[in-house]
Amino acid sequence: MDYEKIKKASARRDIALKTVIYIFLAIWALIVLFPFYWMLLTSVKSYGSYDSDWMSVIPSSPTLENYKTAFSAVPLGGYFANTLIFTLATTAIMLFVTVLAAYAFARLEFKGKDLVFTLFLALMMIPTELVVITNYVTVTELDLRNTFAGLILPSVTSVFYIYLLKENFAQVPDELYYAAKVDGTSDIKYLFKVMMPICKPTIVTITILKVIECWNSYVWPRLVTDDRAYFLVSNGIQEIRESGFGRENVPAMMAAVVVISVPLIVLFLIFRNKIMEGVSRGGIKG
Amino acid sequence: MKVTLKNLTKIFPNKKTKSEVIAVNNFDYVIEDGELIGLLGPSGCGKSTTLNLLSGLLEPTSGSIFFGDDDVTMLPAESRGVGLVFQNYALYPHLTVLQNITFPLENRKGKDKLSKEQMVEMATEVARLVQIDGLLDRKPSELSGGQQQRVAIARALVKKPRILLLDEPLSNLDARLRLQTREELRRIQRSTGITTVFVTHDQEEAMSISDKIVVMKDGVVHQTGAPQEVYDDPINYFVATFLGTPPINCFDGCVKDGKISIGDEAIMDCAGVSDREVIVAIRPEGFSLDGDEKQVFTCELSRVEVMGRDMSVVAMHEKCKSPLIRAIIDSDNLKNLNGDKVVFGLKPHKLFIFEKESGERIRF
Amino acid sequence: MKFKNLKAWLYLLPAVLFLGVFMLYPLVDVIIYSFEEGYNSASQTYFGVGGYNYQYVLNDPYFLQALKNTFILVLITVPLSTALSLVISVALSSIKRLRSWFQTLYFLPYVTNTLAVGLVFMILFDQRSQDSIGLINTLLSYVGVDPIDFINGPYWAKMLVLSLYTVWIVMPFKILILTSSLASVDEIYYNAAKVDGTPRWRVFTKITLPMISPTLFYLIITGFIGAFKAYSDAVALFGTNLNANEMNTIVGYIYDMLYGDSGGFPSYASAAAVILFIVVLTITVINLLVSKKNVHY
Repeated sequence: MDYEKIKKASARRDIALKTVIYIFLAIWALIVLFPFYWMLLTSVKSYGSYDSDWMSVIPSSPTLENYKTAFSAVPLGGYFANTLIFTLATTAIMLFVTVLAAYAFARLEFKGKDLVFTLFLALMMIPTELVVITNYVTVTELDLRNTFAGLILPSVTSVFYIYLLKENFAQVPDELYYAAKVDGTSDIKYLFKVMMPICKPTIVTITILKVIECWNSYVWPRLVTDDRAYFLVSNGIQEIRESGFGRENVPAMMAAVVVISVPLIVLFLIFRNKIMEGVSRGGIKG
Repeated sequence: MKVTLKNLTKIFPNKKTKSEVIAVNNFDYVIEDGELIGLLGPSGCGKSTTLNLLSGLLEPTSGSIFFGDDDVTMLPAESRGVGLVFQNYALYPHLTVLQNITFPLENRKGKDKLSKEQMVEMATEVARLVQIDGLLDRKPSELSGGQQQRVAIARALVKKPRILLLDEPLSNLDARLRLQTREELRRIQRSTGITTVFVTHDQEEAMSISDKIVVMKDGVVHQTGAPQEVYDDPINYFVATFLGTPPINCFDGCVKDGKISIGDEAIMDCAGVSDREVIVAIRPEGFSLDGDEKQVFTCELSRVEVMGRDMSVVAMHEKCKSPLIRAIIDSDNLKNLNGDKVVFGLKPHKLFIFEKESGERIRF
Repeated sequence: MKFKNLKAWLYLLPAVLFLGVFMLYPLVDVIIYSFEEGYNSASQTYFGVGGYNYQYVLNDPYFLQALKNTFILVLITVPLSTALSLVISVALSSIKRLRSWFQTLYFLPYVTNTLAVGLVFMILFDQRSQDSIGLINTLLSYVGVDPIDFINGPYWAKMLVLSLYTVWIVMPFKILILTSSLASVDEIYYNAAKVDGTPRWRVFTKITLPMISPTLFYLIITGFIGAFKAYSDAVALFGTNLNANEMNTIVGYIYDMLYGDSGGFPSYASAAAVILFIVVLTITVINLLVSKKNVHY
């Protein structure tokens, strides 16, 4: 056997394979990035010369005019503020509800616990599409259309997050609880001072998932708001597309798209490891 | 297959500290055909790295490895034809025992390709050798640790490897099974006659079944040889302390006027050694209580533990490097113990002295 | 004990309230709705109980169109995205340099607003006006393909864009889950296979695939469920009037029945929602049965 030859052949194969892999990965990166690149690029092309300039890879006269248009032609700032309020309020209430419920299931003893928990798990299988109809009717009847309460309240619950956190809570050793009890710690104090710090990664995970979900939510806000004063960014962008400057002024529309996309992307780039770890731990989308 | 290691060196760069770790340093050794070699040392000593260099999973930084006359140094693992048994066996959990064993055979291509029947036949044959032929349809998760171990060995042996490598083969087994499997390993190695290298941190394990042992520390080979030889004649302080259970008893001492002393007591002659500070090391079986010794050593008696035929005399001495001294004595001599002092006799060939700084053996 | 019970229920109270009002009650209610014939939301009256709503929905050409669209979308995007993400994840796992860069990059679509980025896809594929063409068509014209109206044109072209966008959107999640699953396969198995001289392809099919098969099936199941609920991607590309565009999905049909220009029929919407639930449940059960047979753990 000629070992030198075997070795060389295998090294050559390795290099060839690696090259193919890198090219392939680069192509996919391009496919992922291109829409972002194109929207940024288009958003700085001037409306006046768009017809001649639209294909250029480098804009001939870059301008921020479109961003001004996006904010002035429609109340984009208002959509933003709404989305921010909606996201923060929904996430905060969700955390409150989830933490308490998860603690009850993980730590407290009460009659019918198993039965109630099974019922909870069964609810995980129910798609939102099934319950949205009645919720729509309920909110309409309660006269909550075009209010933050109508937007937020039905969006709060996530059985899956309760389940995720309960599983994590249950991993905290019993001894800690008994030790705290012996020292005279109340349940609520134990929950906030011991359980939550220990399970911080999971709490961060569900917070991130909920924030992403809220920021991008479209269907429910569309159902319960027809007053622009309560539009979220998703509804706003749809409005721009259908009855605003949308197809007329593509650069301005892209500017609006950039503005809407940037907050989450920046958030993601800052917390990318936490977010990716969180999503893969949560293992579920939406 | 004779295996030759020439100046084998492996250096791992450490990215964080920008420094280097020399995992194996200038390893020179010849393994004769059919030998069972135990690579022995504390964790981090480079023994596993050496094994991985042999298997081809790692490439050496310098030096070379020969299988027989073939230089295999740069040959990747897949072309080396070694059998490797991993510490936690690495059995494929989704395959049955039979499928696990035939796995290496199915990789053969071209003229070496085997028919299904041939593969099953070969697998059954090794399975019989390691005595798992009744378990071929099971999944690894349905086997005990010892059985999984045998499957791993069968999988390594089935392709008739040029050498067999085992990484901590017994460490995942409980104590009773370990003794049993030790013998079993020896039997399998004998009956196949395959050159075998195994890695362990357990000196008792290495001593009990190896033809030769290689004692390593910090990437450096300290001593090689037959287990009894190394035990009886350690070349330095590390080797002396690493081998033997109960461990060797060590004392701060000195050589003065051709005599070895511990504290004020001169315990043995050592003609020809110049005066200096030394470490005195005495094997547990190096003490006696016959009552007619010339060389004696006085310690404070702590307690006696009788273990049937032998007894263990536990004593203390202010110069001892550990809190307690343990001596193994024939229990017939129990009568010679009384009071709170014990006067041991010493067997000269069980007592070694080492340089205080370098740990080198001082012969006398 | 009584006090203990009370305390526990106090902790549970918010969750029970929210879930009761916005999940449990609607669940019962939607089934009731779906059987109430001629429900009038203004007067809250109905004049019969029976299967008429289902009959209506199942005979509604818009619903049949939506059903067809959804099935086509599912059948294209689930296999395509799963296979592609598997290939990408395996490629990612085989490299060291630039790996985390690629990983971060590939995850970007996950954190973007489906509606917003959908507009970019629309711009890319759209005909810009009657007489000028968009970027994709311009590129196609370089290789001699006549302009295709992807947004308002032939059915297959619209379905193509919708499928492409859906794949683009769901890939980040699948790549992330698969790469972490691949990373969790103990390296020792690969070393064992290497020592035995196992060819790459065999390592992949005999070791890697079986070891990650639970994750793969999980992704297929959730992929099916997600694809059956497709809606906002279609809205982003084709606007809210999906029926006119022949691009409606089942979920879109439900919302259209509930609200908007063609809305005001909660009974029909309910019947459609129940049908969707039954379809998804059936597919999931089939998936689970298949995976029981094929997953090795």
